[in-house]
Amino acid sequence: MSNEEMLQAQTSTGQVVEVPHHDHHGEHHHHETFITKYVFSQDHKMIAKQFLVTGMIWAILGGLMSVLFRLQLAYPDATFPWLETLLGKWAKGGHLSAEAYYALVTTHGTVLVFFVLTAGLSGTFANFLIPLQIGARDMASPFLNMLSYWFFFTAGVVMLSSLFVETGPFSGGWTAYPPLSALGSASPGSKTGMDLWLISMALFVVSSLLGGLNYIATILNMRTKGMSMTRLPLTIWALFFTAILGVLSFPVLLSGFILLIFDRNFGTSFYLSDIYVNGVGALPNEGGSAILYQHLFWFLGHPEVYIIILPAMGIVSEVMSTNARKPIFGYMAMIGSLFAIAVLAFLVWAHHMFVSGLNPFLGSFFVLLTLLIAVPSAIKVFNWLTTLWRGNIRFTPGMLFSIGFVSMFISGGLTGIFLGNSALDIYLHDTYFIVAHFHIVMGVAGMFGMYAGIYHWFPKMFGRYLNNTLAYLHFWITFTGAYLIFWPMHYEGLAGMPRRYYDFSNWESFKMFGGVNIFISVVAMIVFAAQIMFLINFFYSVFKGKKVTSQNPWGSNTLEWTTPILPGHGNWVGEIPEVHRWAYDYGKDGKDFISQTTPVGAEESSH
Amino acid sequence: MSTTTVATDQKWWSGGRSPFNVEYGKLMMWYFLMSDAFTFGAFLISYGTIRFSSNGWPDANHVFQSFPFLGSGLPLLFVSLMTFILIVSSVTMVLAVKAGHERRKADVVKYLFWTIIGGIAFLSCQAWEWTHLHHEGAWWGSNPFPNADGSLSTTTNFSNFFFTITGFHGFHVFSGVIINIIMLIMTLTGVFEKRGHYLMIEKAGLYWHFVDLVWVFVFTCFYLV
Repeated sequence: MSNEEMLQAQTSTGQVVEVPHHDHHGEHHHHETFITKYVFSQDHKMIAKQFLVTGMIWAILGGLMSVLFRLQLAYPDATFPWLETLLGKWAKGGHLSAEAYYALVTTHGTVLVFFVLTAGLSGTFANFLIPLQIGARDMASPFLNMLSYWFFFTAGVVMLSSLFVETGPFSGGWTAYPPLSALGSASPGSKTGMDLWLISMALFVVSSLLGGLNYIATILNMRTKGMSMTRLPLTIWALFFTAILGVLSFPVLLSGFILLIFDRNFGTSFYLSDIYVNGVGALPNEGGSAILYQHLFWFLGHPEVYIIILPAMGIVSEVMSTNARKPIFGYMAMIGSLFAIAVLAFLVWAHHMFVSGLNPFLGSFFVLLTLLIAVPSAIKVFNWLTTLWRGNIRFTPGMLFSIGFVSMFISGGLTGIFLGNSALDIYLHDTYFIVAHFHIVMGVAGMFGMYAGIYHWFPKMFGRYLNNTLAYLHFWITFTGAYLIFWPMHYEGLAGMPRRYYDFSNWESFKMFGGVNIFISVVAMIVFAAQIMFLINFFYSVFKGKKVTSQNPWGSNTLEWTTPILPGHGNWVGEIPEVHRWAYDYGKDGKDFISQTTPVGAEESSH
Repeated sequence: MSTTTVATDQKWWSGGRSPFNVEYGKLMMWYFLMSDAFTFGAFLISYGTIRFSSNGWPDANHVFQSFPFLGSGLPLLFVSLMTFILIVSSVTMVLAVKAGHERRKADVVKYLFWTIIGGIAFLSCQAWEWTHLHHEGAWWGSNPFPNADGSLSTTTNFSNFFFTITGFHGFHVFSGVIINIIMLIMTLTGVFEKRGHYLMIEKAGLYWHFVDLVWVFVFTCFYLV
């Protein structure tokens, strides 16, 4: 069904106003060159697109890496001559080397977690949606916003350059645990590649800090008249908590990295003690603690997974309510559960460390706090399901991805309850069960949130529609593919198959999974191809997609749909509209939707 | 609007204005300081963790006992001077902010100048102390000081943490001095007069006080405890 058909299928009593596109208005009309408009832009909408496109490039690179190492896992004995053409000495004779495998796994993790699902997701949607949905002309500081992007861009350039150094990129896993990450003599990947990795991540922390400060200040200070905090769309609430999480957790990671830099280059022993390196001998370092790094890392690392998932939750809430034509169920409970998740995010980090030698007594507290997260998570899931319940659902691609998100969040969340128990985690730790769990609940769910957002706000971003047929194909392939890839991994993990192994064919106990591994890899390649298809759809539609003709194509209540179809810098022509109601008056008093700018009628009950 | 003040007082959070009645820059500065507090917090907690898991630790009274031109045997005297200088520079910063509020340009210039001098004096003291300790053999990766109980130190982490954390703090003081110099130039060229307010000085002041406050913790952790 095309978007128009879908909209006409609704009994729309809301007004669809045709507004000719014009983006000039008094205070913001100034001459823009290519450089100021597309490169060093200070318009939040352009910066959002920059984040999005950069994130896409990294998603392709990171995804391609996973295809390459899945190839190794599926066919450990086969040779692919084209691999040598592509990777040179890293795939001698067409066979991926162990170093290259670990480097690919590491870079895949780092890139996907930080560059795609952090910068690509909240960078894109925080920049795009915050000013538009709260009713502001731009971010509090457009200049710092621009810097935020360019720090991210530079971080990416440094990370990319680490792929080309002689000793290869870092290969010790995305968590970069010392001593492996601290000792260049321990592994080729821990030489120059690791220094570049650390520089890249430090730049990324700066980018995230500048962005986060801006988001917080903008949301608190620049809401339009009438836009009280409890009238904010849930996207904004989610992005607000995301920004706070980032501002408070990334600095701790930075401290951890600074100490690691000293350990690597200046002979300190913060993380090092009693180490013997084969071929080098005993090291003089004494008195450090490798566990200390794990604490510092996971103090960021755990909030980081919420930095990824909260924006997706916000987007899903908004898209779902709009397309179910129903108010979001439990608006205040949604805010409360976001808040609870944000607080608990800081109190559960050691559940990543149950087998690190952490005191089991201490571990039991982290078990309790970890399992507590199930409460706000369940509240959110029930609220999404009850929002769908008896809704007048429009299955737009954005809506499908939102529903898919909930499915993924439930599936991955349930295995989180297994892993949160330290007794079970001792067995499941570092197996494919973990890989399955976090890919479903964070990776795929995060991507689904991002796709929901892209499909929903593409008309606002580019004034055109994406092709719906390709979109539906994209959804169904990705959705089934994600389950086909990660579901079997649970069984592999329960059977004890460890993650991060280069070749399972040597182990009698895991040989039985050879076929499953081939299956997973083949599906992974198909899903990767579907993402390429999405990108083709995306870039084709940016230039050639069907033009949006109405100002508010989804019949949505939020403020971004009161701007011109292609808003100029400054967003609204003339006055910024005043807000009179919350964002979720769908299907109220016989009206399909009531924009936030509509005053509350005399006889009308305010929500 | 002719509404009463009571009515508007209740609308702080309803949009169209800052709920805290501050411009965005100050809000961002506060959040930045919270973020930076976590950076220092992580450092100091790491320090505490490693220190209390070590068998012994040098006695600060024996390590920090020298004063330029007065020789040694004066425990903590020099660092007390440094701390005093930094706290006084915070006082002059307060005076600069106050003068800014009252738009007394000459006083802003005067007090900013003294704040900058205080910052530079602190950095100079730190430079002397670092050089002195370096001459005694302390540096990243080397620690000449015996433990408080007289036993030989097996780990270099006393020096490692000392130089890393005081260095990181010193870097903050350094950037604070740079910021204050920029503020001074902007004041002298009349930028704030033209704007009609000295709010930038206030934000620089927040940063400066924060750096001062962090020093109190760094000082406590390395010199007193």
